[in-house]
Amino acid sequence: MADQEITLMKGNEAIAHAAIRCGCDGYFGYPITPQSEVLETLAAEKPWETTGMVVLQAESEVSSINMVYGGASTGKRVMTSSSSPGVSLMQEGISYMAGAELPALIVDVMRGGPGLGTIQPSQSDYFQACKGGGHGDYHLIVLAPASVQEMADFVDLAFTLAFRYRNPAMILADGAIGQMMEKVVLPPFKPRRTEEEIIKECPWATTGRVGGRKPNIITSLELRSEEMEVINLRIQAKYREIEEKEVRFEEFMLDDADYAIVAFGSAARIAKKSIEIARSQGIKVGLLRPITLWPFPTKEVQKLAGQVKGILSLEINAGQMVEDIRLAVEGRVPVRHFGRLGGIIPDPDEVVEALKRSF
Amino acid sequence: MTREEIIEKGQVVYHKPTLLNDTPMHYCPGCSHGVVHKLVSEVIEEMGMTDKTIAISPVGCAVFAYKYIDVDWQEAAHGRAPALASATKRLWPDRLVFTYQGDGDLACIGTAETIHALNRAENITIIFINNAIYGMTGGQMAPTTLLGMKTATCPYGREVSLHGYPLKITEIAATLDGTCYVTRQAVHTVAAINRAKRAIRKAFEYSMQGKGSNLVEIVSTCNSGWKMSPEKANKWMEENMFEFYHLEDLKDTGADK
Repeated sequence: MADQEITLMKGNEAIAHAAIRCGCDGYFGYPITPQSEVLETLAAEKPWETTGMVVLQAESEVSSINMVYGGASTGKRVMTSSSSPGVSLMQEGISYMAGAELPALIVDVMRGGPGLGTIQPSQSDYFQACKGGGHGDYHLIVLAPASVQEMADFVDLAFTLAFRYRNPAMILADGAIGQMMEKVVLPPFKPRRTEEEIIKECPWATTGRVGGRKPNIITSLELRSEEMEVINLRIQAKYREIEEKEVRFEEFMLDDADYAIVAFGSAARIAKKSIEIARSQGIKVGLLRPITLWPFPTKEVQKLAGQVKGILSLEINAGQMVEDIRLAVEGRVPVRHFGRLGGIIPDPDEVVEALKRSF
Repeated sequence: MTREEIIEKGQVVYHKPTLLNDTPMHYCPGCSHGVVHKLVSEVIEEMGMTDKTIAISPVGCAVFAYKYIDVDWQEAAHGRAPALASATKRLWPDRLVFTYQGDGDLACIGTAETIHALNRAENITIIFINNAIYGMTGGQMAPTTLLGMKTATCPYGREVSLHGYPLKITEIAATLDGTCYVTRQAVHTVAAINRAKRAIRKAFEYSMQGKGSNLVEIVSTCNSGWKMSPEKANKWMEENMFEFYHLEDLKDTGADK
């Protein structure tokens, strides 16, 4: 039971199994395609009978995220999952959690928008995930899995980062990663923390005034501007520390590259195939895959700008991450974007064509 | 004579609950919130739950409730308190978990969270302050504003053709299978205060006994929003509010569970 397990499953199912195995205390969610398997898998696994994990289907995404707000306020490891339109509904709660500095995990399995859009995969919520999304100056820690294995691995990583910095973390996947089946090594079981451990690790949490300590208050409210600025500056200093310490990325065939593709998630997998095709035609291309979308690997992109003749941002959207690449490159080399919209996944060959057209 | 000397002589006939701290309240003189804060504090103390209580404050006049009652508090987004309370109680089942909400928060923007938390039979209590107006934002129309009543956003009086009817959300709550105890109280007289306190105590006890969700409505005054003296506001409440919002136990299935 405590051992790791090798199995074949969907990305969404891997999220659910990883949550149970990494000591998650509570999941609160609402069904939406293409991520409903997360809640369905949890309901079928009945973790409340094994690890004691709470699983609750809420009446809306608005309620789900506020259940997460309440649960996180008590120092528990709590999470939700949804897809683009549902995550839009959660933005109020996410902003409050960033303001109240609450650690939690939000999984967004993106589908095409805007509006009700489509149920096919998309990466068109990069801006929403990385630039705040809700009101106020804040950031989520955003992890972008490119495989079912990373869906499983990033659950515990996201909780670790969220609690390290008292900040909500997001796994930003897409419908392809959520729905496709792959081999996955599930992590070994880790017990949920005891009440004593939570109280020790989270002295700020609203657990009741155990031992007669002073009351703990979880709030994002401060009406005095001078005080609110101090709170904001403290949160911003935390973001600078995260940018300094938590950037994660993967490099692929960049050593001799004349051109670079920057891509995350599903798009990065397509990019690897495109690179293979391009290299067979004598075009030396490599890949930089941001694993953390926020903090963005700005320094690595800057380094690339000193090496390659051009950068192509491959995204399954109309061009969002490309703005962060351009900010990092500061005009030193041409930066182009290629993407498909509306739930269409780009073909590796058309990426190669886009590369040739761009430079 | 100092405070301590008076206490030594055994002349104390009344003291505020120790959970109610000395922070000056921001509530208007004559507002019902202060009395209800006191009752909630007393009940928590008397139940011996000081170190096991997690309270949720709303958006509205009671947003700063956490400044006055010395228990752990979570400050929720507008209307979402029952969602926070649901998760908190499920994750910490041995804690006393309650929300404290006004009519705009609970019966308007948070209607879905309220109804569904109550109907899931979450073992929580919702303290519902109904003063038929948005107090904090300056006296606008609430879902509970009576017909004919004048507010900043219905300055000529609430009309059915323009604004629809006032919402009796407590009556709705009483129809839900998930609720255990649903009651409507007031705190305008000593007798009413004593009844309201017993109601809060009963609701808190039911929630700790796992009997389901509990809603205690307190029909309240907002003398600033109503633009009346505290005394006149109490009288107006008796003459107008109670006719529409009857003071009574609407449901009590605690004994059967």
